[in-house]
Parts: sequence; structure tokens; C-alpha cells
Amino acid sequence: MNIPYTVEERPDTGLANGKLGIWLFLASEVMLFGALFSSYVLLRVGAAEWPHRELSVPLGTINTIILISSSVTMVMAWASLKMGNWAKHRLYLIGTFILAGIFLVNKYFEYAEHFSKGETPAHSTFFALYFTLTGLHGLHILCGMVVMLYFIGPGAKLWKSNPEQFTNRIEYTGLYWHFVDLVWIFLFPVLYLL
Amino acid sequence: MHSDPAAVKKSVRSYMIVFVSLMVFTVITVAVSGLHLAVPIAITVALVIAATKGSMVAGVFMHLSHEKQWIYGALLLTVLFFIVLMFVPLFTVMDGTGTPGQAVGVAVAEPR
Repeated sequence: MNIPYTVEERPDTGLANGKLGIWLFLASEVMLFGALFSSYVLLRVGAAEWPHRELSVPLGTINTIILISSSVTMVMAWASLKMGNWAKHRLYLIGTFILAGIFLVNKYFEYAEHFSKGETPAHSTFFALYFTLTGLHGLHILCGMVVMLYFIGPGAKLWKSNPEQFTNRIEYTGLYWHFVDLVWIFLFPVLYLL
Repeated sequence: MHSDPAAVKKSVRSYMIVFVSLMVFTVITVAVSGLHLAVPIAITVALVIAATKGSMVAGVFMHLSHEKQWIYGALLLTVLFFIVLMFVPLFTVMDGTGTPGQAVGVAVAEPR
């Protein structure tokens, strides 16, 4: 069965279905993280005291740099496909996957250090928020890695049979990945610096 | 968004410019946090920088600077609901929940 509008644009929306679909999904993600940011504001404003610089700023900064770099490699993975360079696409996509992995490894060490000091989610409101926000973000990173792994592995076959559809899929993966980067851009100052 | 290879090739330069700008803004965010500004100013500065970085990611990497009407429409609705969501905590304060004077039918003891 042929699924319509995977490559060609729908006449009414002017978009391929996947493109509109991923943006609607991202809109729901904005509300998900928005609810948590809203909770953060409520709890912080209502708190008599709020801890300052409880987290490792150097580690947070390194993770910010890693995630920004991964956004660039992701967009370059898509641009390489558009320019017909399969080898470069593979390189950039694998690069993005590795950077995402490094981000999670850093996060593991960060979490392990906090747990060793007894700074669990039950320790304080700040740590409850920290683990909820970064945990959910980390889960998004993990989901992104699963999708990338699919396109590095079995999903790559589509390039041969339908290169345009494959390029679109990489674009949608990229949109999701940039959103994950965007969330971190706000999480970093809010949790690590303020 | 760009669909032909020539236009994509041109946009690679803008990706690199945004990449460098994001790095510079990250360094600025960390540097400003070390100045120990008053909390309201520090929050404002940090969020303005974060919003600038976010706009660059959304505008250039996510190609929002040249997207179709339907996506702008969906995002406009999202922004409106997001703003409402951000103000939801205010309602918990405005209704006076938890303040003794607001309890219905309960007399508040006057201090002697």
C-alpha cells in the first residue's frame, strides 16, 4: 500500500503529512515541558530559600556545548542528503549519535555524584525539580538516539528505494533533535546558573 | 524551507554562523552568571540570552524563518496556550487559598 503525501505536498496544507505531524507533536512537547517550567516557577516563587550553584557548572556547560554541536551535525546530516552526499550524511548522523551518547554519559556521572552525596529527588524541592526536568529531557535524548540508530542501521535502506522520503524522515528527526537542544538551552541557565 | 541543493549549499554557511553564535552566547551566559547580579536582573539576562539562542535554533536549524502558514498557525496556538500555562500558578495565589481570612464561615480569632 502506498501512503499518500509522504514526499509530495498536500494541496490544502502545502506540506507533506509527516512535516505537519512532527510540528504538532512538538507543539504538544512544548506544553509538556511548559507545564514543568510552570511548576518550577510556582515552587521557586513560593520557596523561602532557593539553593544557588548546587550543580556542576563546568559539566553543564560541556553538555550544552555537546548538544549545540549535535544540533549542527544533525542539520548537516540532512543538508548532506539534500546535496546528494551519502557518505557525509552517514558521518554527520553517526557523529550526532555519538555526541548524544556523550551527553548521557556525562549526565550519568552527574547523577551518580549527586546520589553518592545523598542528593536524591527526596532531598529537596530543587533536586526533585532537577531530576524531573533533566530526567525527562534525558529520556528524550534516549528516544532520539533510538531513532538515529534506526536510520543508521535498518532504516537506511529507504535511501536506495525512495531517497526523497528518506531525506524527509531525516528532516523530521532533525526537527525533534533541535527541539531537544532548545529545551536544554533553557534548562541549563534555569537549573545550573540561577 | 529550502528544497533545491544549491539553496541548501548556501544555507550551510548560516548554520556555521549560528553554531559559532550559540557557542559565544553560551560563554556569555556562564560569564554573566559569575558576576553575581541581583536575582531579578540575573534571571532577566539569562532568559533573554536563552530566548535569543532558542530563536536562532528554531529560525535557522528548524527552518522556521521560512516555513508554511499551517506551521506558523499551529505554533501561534501553542504560544498562546503556553502563555496561559505560565500564568496558571498565579491563580493559586489570586484565590487566596491557604490564607485564614479567605476561609468561608470560619471566624478568625482576633489577637488579644
